[in-house]
Amino acid sequence: MSQSTEQIKPCYPLFMEPEYRDLLARKASECEDKPDKAFLEEKFLWTTSEEYKTLNFQREMLTVNPAKACQPLGSLLCSLGFKGTLPYIHGSQGCIAYFRTYFNRHFKEPVACVSDSMTEDAAVFGGHKNMHAGLQNAYALYKPEMIAVSTTCMAEVIGDDLNAFITNAKKDGMIPEDVPTPFAHTPSFVGSHVTGYDAMMEGTLRYFTVNDMADKKVGSNGKLNIITGFETYLGNYRVVRRMLNEMGVDHVLLSDPSEVLDTPADGEYRMYQGGTSVAELKDAPNAIDTLMLQPFGLSKTRKYMEETWGQPLSKIKPPMGLTWTDEFLMKVSELTGKAIPASLELERGRLVDMMGDSHTWLHGRTFSLYGDPDFVEGMCQFLMELGAEPKHVLCHNGNKLWAKRMTKWLKENPYGQQAEVHMGKDLWHLRSLVFTDKPDFLIGNSYGKFIQRDTFHKGPEHEVPLIRIGFPIFDRHHLHRSTTLGYEGAMTLLTTLVNAVMEKLDRDTIKYGETDYNYDLVR
Amino acid sequence: MALRQCAIYGKGGIGKSTTTQNMVAGLAEAGNKVMIVGCDPKADSTRLILHSKAQNTIMQMAADAGSVEDLELEDVLKKGYGGIKCVESGGPEPGVGCAGRGVITAINFLEEEGAYEEDLDFVFYDVLGDVVCGGFAMPIRQNKAQEIYIVVSGEMMAMYAANNICKGIVKYASSGSVRLAGLICNSRNTDREDELIEALAAKLGTQMIHFIPRDNVVQRAEIRRMTVIEYDPKSKQADQYRDLSRKIRDNKNMVVPTPLTMDELEGLMMEFGMLEEEDETIIGRTAAQEGVAAFA
Repeated sequence: MSQSTEQIKPCYPLFMEPEYRDLLARKASECEDKPDKAFLEEKFLWTTSEEYKTLNFQREMLTVNPAKACQPLGSLLCSLGFKGTLPYIHGSQGCIAYFRTYFNRHFKEPVACVSDSMTEDAAVFGGHKNMHAGLQNAYALYKPEMIAVSTTCMAEVIGDDLNAFITNAKKDGMIPEDVPTPFAHTPSFVGSHVTGYDAMMEGTLRYFTVNDMADKKVGSNGKLNIITGFETYLGNYRVVRRMLNEMGVDHVLLSDPSEVLDTPADGEYRMYQGGTSVAELKDAPNAIDTLMLQPFGLSKTRKYMEETWGQPLSKIKPPMGLTWTDEFLMKVSELTGKAIPASLELERGRLVDMMGDSHTWLHGRTFSLYGDPDFVEGMCQFLMELGAEPKHVLCHNGNKLWAKRMTKWLKENPYGQQAEVHMGKDLWHLRSLVFTDKPDFLIGNSYGKFIQRDTFHKGPEHEVPLIRIGFPIFDRHHLHRSTTLGYEGAMTLLTTLVNAVMEKLDRDTIKYGETDYNYDLVR
Repeated sequence: MALRQCAIYGKGGIGKSTTTQNMVAGLAEAGNKVMIVGCDPKADSTRLILHSKAQNTIMQMAADAGSVEDLELEDVLKKGYGGIKCVESGGPEPGVGCAGRGVITAINFLEEEGAYEEDLDFVFYDVLGDVVCGGFAMPIRQNKAQEIYIVVSGEMMAMYAANNICKGIVKYASSGSVRLAGLICNSRNTDREDELIEALAAKLGTQMIHFIPRDNVVQRAEIRRMTVIEYDPKSKQADQYRDLSRKIRDNKNMVVPTPLTMDELEGLMMEFGMLEEEDETIIGRTAAQEGVAAFA
């Protein structure tokens, strides 16, 4: 036996034991009809070729390893950011289990969300009954202050109308009339998680303000509203608050899940924690202005607010890196009349100092990156500020206009000359790109690790190390708690990037007696 | 004037599309700005306005382009007679796919592209006869059509359908502001048709907003892919459609309908001699059993 109670081995290195190697080899030869290694290698190498890349980019009907998730995942994150709110997804059970596990794996936290378990009969007769019973049960069991409703594919295909269903459920006494029930239609087969976040944000703000604008006056509450968009770095909610607090700016984050997704282990389970209150949502049109930190990802919300709220809705860039954080703070200062305090100037100076310290290591390094449109844009901006060069800029869920704008913008920057924007492409496309035109590093979520493995398999000189910045990150712990926005976020990003460069160099020069000349103590 | 959105429902083949287009032509002739949104995979809601066989539909264009996001409004919105704007949602071939979702996608697309923000007085949704799934109720969701007109004739099945549609309306009316605005009788020349439909309208709590007599000029115009108002503006029938459009323009009679039970509906039909009192003694008896007497 290779396992004993004194020393229990996990799957690696257990499967390296002769007993398992033999077993796996027999399984392969006797049961799997596996082609021989030479054949597999030949095919593998072909998938790394220029010829294969051309074929790969001719793909029309197939997505391999998408770099996006679906709408209800976004609506769920948005809903989690409201105080005492139970996210409720009208649809079949499996979808909701998927959303919960997806966030569990990223945030390492329980995620409360209910479904009304639509089944075959609901698909035929409509989900009206499910909505009635679901709302009644969810309210009785989990005592939420608010229920935020969105949908999955099934409910959308049969055309269930949330407004009518929820209103009728209230009329029939399933839940009290005064329990707020904002809602959004979020078909999974349209857009991405970013669209879903936008839809839920729009639906919620509409629900609380559309018929209630008469007594609202822009600027009357003296606050500033911030909408982060689909934001999975908990540190980003905190850093925005900290910066505004240091400026003395009274503010509200419209949706802030940073508490409920980071609860302490003190023996008490917190189903609801923190978040934006109903009173704050209702009061939001009275603010001086609303700043959206993901301009692309909040276009529907912006449109609603433009039509209804009458705020200036100042346009800003995602506050990533040095310049765009400067611009953010200056815009806040301009809107509120509050000066940027010495503490933030000091922080800025420290960032500039760090950038100077590390620039020799980052200058001219090439990075391929992928993720949501606003993240990719902000990341490119900071890379170019560091003198690094974006290479393949891949985004699965932007649009043609975004791609056009990005391409033009990158070409205007001396560090953006190598950049190619690939919109609507997946990670299998990206694999071809990094094989045929190698960048120094890859920036993205955990799914990029398979690209790193494949490039390494071709030979160490082809390896493109993955730097984990993005969503989801399943295979490293606690990165979701860090920060990517503001000067603080830029410091974190810079530290991550420059150390990745050095770690790679250490690995490349670790050969004893061969590359000692550059296996340096001081870098 | 605020934009009014109206949906036209009714049994398949009753003449919804023909009536809608002729009536809309009347509105346009009187200077109103109108858009027709065809919500039927057959895409025949705008052919008389555009003089074309069938318009490029939103769903077909989206399928060709790859996705709806790749479409522009001008690709799918065409102007026809009297400046009437025409859009067809389109949908799948019979037997495959989901036509209801096509309607939802198309209307969402129009909203996102700002089709309703332009200078418009009326939008008419011409909806597939049998409201078979939630998708075909999309036009009457909150903030969309608030007025529903049902095209009906003095035929049993057409009246059944109208009553069923009213049952559907009640569901949406109780949670929103959509209302039944009237029955349009498209005559089939049955006996006492006008009285019958007026009686039905009264029981439903609404009005028969107009009785359109049968006239072959409609068919003659249709062969030429034209509305009567365009083909023969001086004809009596053109005046009928003008009347209808004027009544719709001035209509203030919006109600939550009170659908009839099956017994009430059959009672009404019996009253007008369309149904006979049921003879329960003959139920389940074959011809042979009944024929015993005849051959004996």
